Amino acid sequence: MTLSLVRVDDRLIHGQVVVGWGQALGIRQIVLVDDRVSAPENAWERDICRMGVPPDLGIEFVPVTQAAERLAEWEASPRRTMLVMGDLETAVRLCRLAPRLKKLNLGGIHQGPGRRQRLPYVFMTDSEVGMLQQLAADGVEITAQDVPTARPVPVADLK
Amino acid sequence: MSNALQGVVVSHAKLATAFVDAVAEITGQADALVPVSNEGCSRAILGDRLQEAIHSTPSVVFVDLPGGSCLQAAILYLRTHHDVAVVAGVNLAMLVDFVYHRDLAPAAAAQRAIEVGERAVKVVE
Repeated sequence: MTLSLVRVDDRLIHGQVVVGWGQALGIRQIVLVDDRVSAPENAWERDICRMGVPPDLGIEFVPVTQAAERLAEWEASPRRTMLVMGDLETAVRLCRLAPRLKKLNLGGIHQGPGRRQRLPYVFMTDSEVGMLQQLAADGVEITAQDVPTARPVPVADLK
Repeated sequence: MSNALQGVVVSHAKLATAFVDAVAEITGQADALVPVSNEGCSRAILGDRLQEAIHSTPSVVFVDLPGGSCLQAAILYLRTHHDVAVVAGVNLAMLVDFVYHRDLAPAAAAQRAIEVGERAVKVVE
Protein backbone atom coordinates (compact mmCIF):
# COMPACT_ATOMS: atom_id res chain seq x y z
CA MET A 1 0.00 0.00 0.00
CA THR A 2 1.52 3.31 -1.01
CA LEU A 3 -1.07 5.63 0.43
CA SER A 4 1.36 6.56 3.17
CA LEU A 5 -0.47 9.27 5.12
CA VAL A 6 -3.94 10.80 5.20
CA ARG A 7 -3.63 14.10 7.04
CA VAL A 8 -5.81 16.97 8.21
CA ASP A 9 -3.82 20.21 8.18
CA ASP A 10 -5.36 23.66 7.89
CA ARG A 11 -2.08 25.06 6.54
CA LEU A 12 -2.49 22.71 3.57
CA ILE A 13 0.81 22.29 1.70
CA HIS A 14 3.59 23.61 3.93
CA GLY A 15 6.95 22.71 5.44
CA GLN A 16 5.82 19.99 7.85
CA VAL A 17 3.96 18.27 5.03
CA VAL A 18 6.50 18.57 2.25
CA VAL A 19 9.73 18.30 4.23
CA GLY A 20 8.85 16.76 7.60
CA TRP A 21 6.57 13.95 6.46
CA GLY A 22 7.60 13.94 2.83
CA GLN A 23 11.22 13.09 3.62
CA ALA A 24 10.45 10.65 6.44
CA LEU A 25 7.97 8.61 4.39
CA GLY A 26 9.62 8.95 0.99
CA ILE A 27 6.54 10.65 -0.43
CA ARG A 28 6.54 11.08 -4.21
CA GLN A 29 3.09 12.62 -4.62
CA ILE A 30 0.85 14.89 -2.56
CA VAL A 31 -2.89 15.04 -3.22
CA LEU A 32 -4.76 18.00 -1.78
CA VAL A 33 -8.37 16.96 -1.29
CA ASP A 34 -10.35 20.17 -1.24
CA ASP A 35 -13.52 21.08 -3.12
CA ARG A 36 -12.74 24.79 -3.13
CA VAL A 37 -9.04 24.70 -4.10
CA SER A 38 -9.70 22.13 -6.84
CA ALA A 39 -12.50 24.22 -8.41
CA PRO A 40 -11.65 25.57 -11.90
CA GLU A 41 -11.83 29.21 -10.81
CA ASN A 42 -9.16 28.75 -8.14
CA ALA A 43 -6.14 28.06 -10.35
CA TRP A 44 -4.33 30.90 -8.59
CA GLU A 45 -4.59 29.10 -5.25
CA ARG A 46 -3.28 25.89 -6.76
CA ASP A 47 -0.33 27.88 -8.10
CA ILE A 48 0.38 29.15 -4.58
CA CYS A 49 0.32 25.61 -3.22
CA ARG A 50 2.68 24.40 -5.96
CA MET A 51 5.26 27.00 -4.95
CA GLY A 52 6.07 25.01 -1.83
CA VAL A 53 6.56 21.72 -3.62
CA PRO A 54 9.91 20.66 -5.13
CA PRO A 55 9.82 19.87 -8.84
CA ASP A 56 10.45 16.16 -8.31
CA LEU A 57 7.37 15.80 -6.10
CA GLY A 58 4.01 15.37 -7.81
CA ILE A 59 0.97 17.33 -6.67
CA GLU A 60 -2.69 16.94 -7.53
CA PHE A 61 -5.83 18.78 -6.48
CA VAL A 62 -9.07 16.84 -6.34
CA PRO A 63 -12.56 17.27 -4.89
CA VAL A 64 -13.71 14.90 -2.16
CA THR A 65 -15.91 12.71 -4.34
CA GLN A 66 -13.11 12.16 -6.82
CA ALA A 67 -10.68 11.35 -4.00
CA ALA A 68 -13.04 8.66 -2.72
CA GLU A 69 -13.19 7.12 -6.21
CA ARG A 70 -9.42 7.19 -6.69
CA LEU A 71 -8.25 5.77 -3.36
CA ALA A 72 -7.66 2.31 -4.83
CA GLU A 73 -5.60 3.85 -7.62
CA TRP A 74 -3.31 5.66 -5.15
CA GLU A 75 -3.02 2.57 -2.98
CA ALA A 76 -1.87 0.56 -5.97
CA SER A 77 0.47 3.22 -7.31
CA PRO A 78 4.23 2.64 -6.99
CA ARG A 79 4.53 6.32 -5.98
CA ARG A 80 4.16 6.85 -2.24
CA THR A 81 1.26 9.25 -1.87
CA MET A 82 0.06 11.56 0.89
CA LEU A 83 -3.48 12.92 1.07
CA VAL A 84 -3.93 16.32 2.73
CA MET A 85 -7.21 17.93 3.73
CA GLY A 86 -7.65 21.38 5.20
CA ASP A 87 -10.55 20.74 7.55
CA LEU A 88 -12.24 18.06 9.61
CA GLU A 89 -15.51 18.14 7.67
CA THR A 90 -13.69 17.17 4.48
CA ALA A 91 -11.85 14.37 6.29
CA VAL A 92 -15.04 12.95 7.78
CA ARG A 93 -16.81 13.16 4.41
CA LEU A 94 -13.97 11.29 2.73
CA CYS A 95 -13.93 8.58 5.39
CA ARG A 96 -17.70 8.15 5.05
CA LEU A 97 -17.52 8.02 1.25
CA ALA A 98 -14.57 5.64 1.33
CA PRO A 99 -14.86 3.17 4.21
CA ARG A 100 -11.60 1.54 3.09
CA LEU A 101 -9.79 4.50 4.71
CA LYS A 102 -8.80 3.23 8.13
CA LYS A 103 -6.19 5.74 9.35
CA LEU A 104 -6.35 9.49 9.78
CA ASN A 105 -3.61 11.83 10.98
CA LEU A 106 -4.48 15.13 12.68
CA GLY A 107 -1.54 17.34 11.80
CA GLY A 108 -2.66 20.90 12.37
CA ILE A 109 -6.07 22.19 13.36
CA HIS A 110 -5.74 25.65 14.77
CA GLN A 111 -7.83 28.21 16.63
CA GLY A 112 -11.37 28.92 15.54
CA PRO A 113 -14.75 29.89 16.98
CA GLY A 114 -15.68 27.69 19.94
CA ARG A 115 -12.52 25.64 19.71
CA ARG A 116 -10.43 24.68 22.73
CA GLN A 117 -6.78 23.68 22.74
CA ARG A 118 -6.26 19.91 22.98
CA LEU A 119 -2.60 19.87 21.93
CA PRO A 120 -0.26 22.72 20.93
CA TYR A 121 -1.31 22.16 17.30
CA VAL A 122 -4.85 20.84 17.75
CA PHE A 123 -7.80 23.04 18.63
CA MET A 124 -11.31 21.60 18.35
CA THR A 125 -14.84 22.20 19.56
CA ASP A 126 -16.46 19.50 21.67
CA SER A 127 -18.70 18.76 18.70
CA GLU A 128 -15.67 18.19 16.45
CA VAL A 129 -14.12 15.85 19.02
CA GLY A 130 -17.41 13.96 19.19
CA MET A 131 -17.49 13.69 15.39
CA LEU A 132 -14.01 12.16 15.38
CA GLN A 133 -14.77 9.84 18.27
CA GLN A 134 -17.75 8.53 16.32
CA LEU A 135 -15.53 7.98 13.30
CA ALA A 136 -13.04 6.14 15.53
CA ALA A 137 -15.83 3.99 16.93
CA ASP A 138 -16.67 3.10 13.32
CA GLY A 139 -13.18 1.71 12.81
CA VAL A 140 -10.94 4.59 11.74
CA GLU A 141 -7.67 4.86 13.69
CA ILE A 142 -7.31 8.58 14.38
CA THR A 143 -4.16 10.01 15.94
CA ALA A 144 -2.76 13.52 16.30
CA GLN A 145 0.89 13.87 15.30
CA ASP A 146 2.33 17.04 13.82
CA VAL A 147 5.75 15.72 12.78
CA PRO A 148 7.11 12.17 12.36
CA THR A 149 9.30 12.40 15.46
CA ALA A 150 6.38 13.35 17.72
CA ARG A 151 4.39 10.84 19.76
CA PRO A 152 1.07 9.96 18.13
CA VAL A 153 -1.84 10.87 20.41
CA PRO A 154 -5.04 8.82 19.98
CA VAL A 155 -8.21 10.82 19.50
CA ALA A 156 -9.57 9.27 22.71
CA ASP A 157 -6.88 11.18 24.62
CA LEU A 158 -7.81 14.57 23.15
CA LYS A 159 -9.83 15.80 26.13
CA MET B 1 9.88 59.40 7.60
CA SER B 2 6.09 59.35 7.81
CA ASN B 3 5.74 58.05 4.22
CA ALA B 4 8.49 55.49 4.64
CA LEU B 5 7.94 51.90 3.74
CA GLN B 6 7.77 49.36 6.48
CA GLY B 7 9.13 45.85 6.30
CA VAL B 8 7.09 42.95 7.60
CA VAL B 9 9.08 39.78 8.27
CA VAL B 10 6.99 36.59 8.22
CA SER B 11 8.50 33.33 9.42
CA HIS B 12 8.18 30.00 11.09
CA ALA B 13 8.64 29.93 14.88
CA LYS B 14 10.61 32.90 16.29
CA LEU B 15 12.86 33.58 13.33
CA ALA B 16 11.08 36.82 12.35
CA THR B 17 11.49 38.30 15.81
CA ALA B 18 15.17 37.32 15.81
CA PHE B 19 15.69 39.02 12.43
CA VAL B 20 13.96 42.20 13.62
CA ASP B 21 15.98 42.26 16.84
CA ALA B 22 19.22 41.71 14.93
CA VAL B 23 18.45 44.54 12.49
CA ALA B 24 17.66 46.90 15.38
CA GLU B 25 20.92 45.95 17.06
CA ILE B 26 22.94 46.60 13.90
CA THR B 27 21.23 49.77 12.68
CA GLY B 28 19.80 51.27 15.84
CA GLN B 29 16.45 51.58 14.06
CA ALA B 30 13.70 49.70 15.79
CA ASP B 31 10.65 50.94 13.92
CA ALA B 32 11.35 49.83 10.35
CA LEU B 33 10.41 46.17 10.65
CA VAL B 34 7.52 44.24 12.17
CA PRO B 35 7.76 40.50 12.91
CA VAL B 36 4.95 38.02 12.23
CA SER B 37 5.15 34.34 13.20
CA ASN B 38 3.06 31.49 11.89
CA GLU B 39 3.40 29.75 15.25
CA GLY B 40 0.22 28.02 16.36
CA CYS B 41 -2.06 29.39 13.69
CA SER B 42 -3.96 28.31 10.61
CA ARG B 43 -3.45 29.86 7.21
CA ALA B 44 -6.50 32.07 7.78
CA ILE B 45 -5.28 33.35 11.14
CA LEU B 46 -1.82 33.96 9.74
CA GLY B 47 -3.50 36.10 7.09
CA ASP B 48 -5.19 38.10 9.85
CA ARG B 49 -1.87 38.55 11.66
CA LEU B 50 -0.25 39.74 8.46
CA GLN B 51 -3.05 42.20 7.72
CA GLU B 52 -2.80 43.59 11.24
CA ALA B 53 0.97 44.01 10.90
CA ILE B 54 0.77 45.74 7.53
CA HIS B 55 -1.96 48.01 8.84
CA SER B 56 -2.63 49.59 5.43
CA THR B 57 0.95 50.90 5.29
CA PRO B 58 2.96 50.50 2.06
CA SER B 59 5.14 47.53 2.83
CA VAL B 60 7.61 44.96 1.67
CA VAL B 61 6.78 41.55 3.12
CA PHE B 62 9.87 39.41 3.68
CA VAL B 63 9.07 35.69 3.92
CA ASP B 64 11.45 33.03 5.21
CA LEU B 65 10.95 30.29 2.60
CA PRO B 66 10.00 30.36 -1.09
CA GLY B 67 6.99 28.15 -0.35
CA GLY B 68 4.70 27.14 2.49
CA SER B 69 2.23 28.85 4.77
CA CYS B 70 4.10 32.15 5.23
CA LEU B 71 4.47 32.76 1.52
CA GLN B 72 0.90 31.64 0.87
CA ALA B 73 -0.42 34.18 3.38
CA ALA B 74 1.69 36.94 1.81
CA ILE B 75 0.54 36.15 -1.72
CA LEU B 76 -3.09 36.01 -0.64
CA TYR B 77 -2.68 39.51 0.79
CA LEU B 78 -0.89 40.67 -2.35
CA ARG B 79 -3.86 39.64 -4.50
CA THR B 80 -6.00 42.41 -3.08
CA HIS B 81 -3.44 45.03 -2.05
CA HIS B 82 -1.22 46.79 -4.55
CA ASP B 83 0.98 48.83 -2.22
CA VAL B 84 2.78 45.71 -1.07
CA ALA B 85 5.62 43.64 -2.54
CA VAL B 86 6.72 40.20 -1.40
CA VAL B 87 10.27 38.84 -1.17
CA ALA B 88 10.80 35.15 -0.38
CA GLY B 89 14.03 33.84 1.12
CA VAL B 90 14.81 36.67 3.53
CA ASN B 91 18.30 37.17 4.91
CA LEU B 92 19.82 39.62 7.34
CA ALA B 93 21.83 41.52 4.73
CA MET B 94 18.75 42.51 2.73
CA LEU B 95 16.90 43.60 5.87
CA VAL B 96 19.75 45.81 7.05
CA ASP B 97 19.96 47.44 3.63
CA PHE B 98 16.17 47.85 3.45
CA VAL B 99 16.15 49.99 6.59
CA TYR B 100 18.17 52.65 4.74
CA HIS B 101 16.12 52.56 1.53
CA ARG B 102 12.59 52.95 2.72
CA ASP B 103 11.94 55.91 0.44
CA LEU B 104 11.54 53.55 -2.53
CA ALA B 105 8.27 52.21 -3.86
CA PRO B 106 7.47 48.67 -2.63
CA ALA B 107 8.36 46.96 -5.92
CA ALA B 108 11.66 48.82 -6.24
CA ALA B 109 12.55 48.13 -2.62
CA ALA B 110 11.77 44.44 -3.13
CA GLN B 111 13.97 44.29 -6.22
CA ARG B 112 16.79 46.00 -4.36
CA ALA B 113 16.40 43.57 -1.45
CA ILE B 114 16.76 40.58 -3.77
CA GLU B 115 19.92 42.01 -5.31
CA VAL B 116 21.47 42.80 -1.93
CA GLY B 117 20.39 39.47 -0.48
CA GLU B 118 21.80 37.46 -3.37
CA ARG B 119 25.12 39.31 -3.22
CA ALA B 120 25.41 38.46 0.46
CA VAL B 121 25.36 34.71 -0.12
CA LYS B 122 28.80 33.49 -1.10
CA VAL B 123 31.42 30.90 -0.46
CA VAL B 124 34.23 32.47 1.55
CA GLU B 125 37.68 31.03 0.89
